Amino acid sequence: MSSPILQLNDVQTHFPVESGFLFRQQTGTVKAVDGITLSVQRGEVLGLVGESGCGKSTLARTIMQLVPTTAGTVLLEGRNLTAASAAELLVARRDLQMIFQDPFASLNPRLTVYATLAEPLLVHRVVPPEQVRARVVALAEKVGLSSQVLGKYPHEFSGGQRQRIAIARALALEPKVIIADEPVSALDVSIQAQILNLLAQLCREMHLTLIFIAHDLSVVKHISDRIAVMYLGKIVELGTATDVMERPRHPYTQALVSAIPHLDPDLQRRSPRLILAGDPPSPLHPPTGCAFHPRCPHVQTQCRATTPPLQLAEPERHVACVRLNEI
Amino acid sequence: MPLLEVTDLRTSFHTRNGVYRAVDGVSFTLAKGETLGLVGESGSGKSVTCYSLMGLVPQPPGRIESGTAMFDGTDLLHCSPAQARAIRGKRLAMIFQDPMTSLNPYLRIADQLIEPLLIHEKISRPAALARGLAMLEAVGINDAAQRLQAYPHEFSGGMRQRVMIAMALITRPEILIADEPTTALDVTVQAQILELIKKLQQEFHMAVIFVTHDLGVVSGLCDRVQVMYAGRIVETADTRTLFRAPRHPYTQALQRSIPSLQPKGRDLYTIPGLPPDLSKPKAGCAFASRCAAVTDRCHATDPGLLPVSAAQATACLRVQAQEI
Repeated sequence: MSSPILQLNDVQTHFPVESGFLFRQQTGTVKAVDGITLSVQRGEVLGLVGESGCGKSTLARTIMQLVPTTAGTVLLEGRNLTAASAAELLVARRDLQMIFQDPFASLNPRLTVYATLAEPLLVHRVVPPEQVRARVVALAEKVGLSSQVLGKYPHEFSGGQRQRIAIARALALEPKVIIADEPVSALDVSIQAQILNLLAQLCREMHLTLIFIAHDLSVVKHISDRIAVMYLGKIVELGTATDVMERPRHPYTQALVSAIPHLDPDLQRRSPRLILAGDPPSPLHPPTGCAFHPRCPHVQTQCRATTPPLQLAEPERHVACVRLNEI
Repeated sequence: MPLLEVTDLRTSFHTRNGVYRAVDGVSFTLAKGETLGLVGESGSGKSVTCYSLMGLVPQPPGRIESGTAMFDGTDLLHCSPAQARAIRGKRLAMIFQDPMTSLNPYLRIADQLIEPLLIHEKISRPAALARGLAMLEAVGINDAAQRLQAYPHEFSGGMRQRVMIAMALITRPEILIADEPTTALDVTVQAQILELIKKLQQEFHMAVIFVTHDLGVVSGLCDRVQVMYAGRIVETADTRTLFRAPRHPYTQALQRSIPSLQPKGRDLYTIPGLPPDLSKPKAGCAFASRCAAVTDRCHATDPGLLPVSAAQATACLRVQAQEI
């Protein structure tokens, strides 16, 4: 295998929790991302799955360096982003772009589509000013927008169209890596399919590396080559997409897969569902040992004491569970 | 006799930009103890149908233009406010999508939970609290006695939805309307809440109208499904028939665009175009411009919802003519 395009080494992003009125004191720490090591290969689509509060969005923002990293390194083609200066980051962001969940909030309502798409080109001086218009038109066409809509404002578009604009903006600089944070969660099923197709097609055509974040496993399975499952700031399972979905090894992944409603009514009523007790734990007061132990059906004494590392369980599969070989 | 019979319900919103026909002639029945799924994309009129029944459509700009909703001899749409109050919140209850915003943040859970009891039944506060406690336990909240004194912000999303369910069921309603109750929740919590609704429905022998955009949720829970598009019901059938043999092109397309059913690596099936603008009603079938099986007739004639087999009714001219 060639060298990974993106390499994360024990990345931690912690947020201080402060309380008190006059004399604010740090009273705790939220470990949103807590020791993640991950490498992403060139041209790969990596799906990142987890429930709300598990740190998947914070991980995305950490890779983008939108939040300061507490410890660890993020290497983009060997360049360490965590130690980069502002000027170096600006250059790096040409290769690293992001698409956000809510296309109603991520587009500036006062900018026309043209201005939105031209801005990154002008900031990064990618093309001479006289060629900007041609580039914007080409970008719009690439994502399936006609050049006639370039003078319109975001509020004149539907959710799916806005997400196309957001994708075009991310593509403007011809990045190598795109991080898409729940890009289809706010969309209806039929529109969702259009956007997923567009993303898959762009990845193929432009040889993009995509980190695709979602909570919907069936969506992630469809688009990803590999899937990483997160729980409370850590990756608990990592493997090839179809394999993880068909043979989940970690008890949490097993519960997630089992919670996907089947479309076939007979199948759904026949297959027993694994229903977890309780809610995801609060990151403010994480459980001791394995973070999943209060909800795990296979819990044992050792799970409460030791935090299991993410280790190779079989070829192309990493799992973080002490009882891996027993269950 | 059905428990609820809705006939030709039409609800529109009169705005400065025109009249939006959100619900445009919806008729259906609900039997005692039945679970009816109401499926459709955003803007298809599924929530407005429920809001109309519950008297929650803001008027103005909303207006219920026509229709009846007969519930035990009373027309919910045309009865006096006093009659409506005696039914809504007691025999007909509703839970909402967002448990974060549908509880009052200033009131303790106890006060919100027993409010329907104090209003609808001649009951003392201690007796009501005892029933509230039993109800909280029934929806699976641990330490219910202490949790009664808590405020909504002390609960997680899934717990709040449990409280909402307890609140809706405390008067032992005959019909529960659930408007996307699990959309805002995580997958594992969604599975818990669906299981809870199923269990309570059997215990309480109530009918449920389950509104959702997620076909997968419907298939495990509902006896019968109605698919809505642009303010109308386009297809209705028992759950198995609807999933095994959908007839309406929209239902077929909707099922085909779900990722889990499709082979990986290939493009997902998509429905071309966008849903129609409800403020500009056109002649003919509302789905015609996006339909793969469209003919000239579809643009001219309005298809009614007609039975195509014993268990299935479809609003499509070509299905009715047995062409597709």
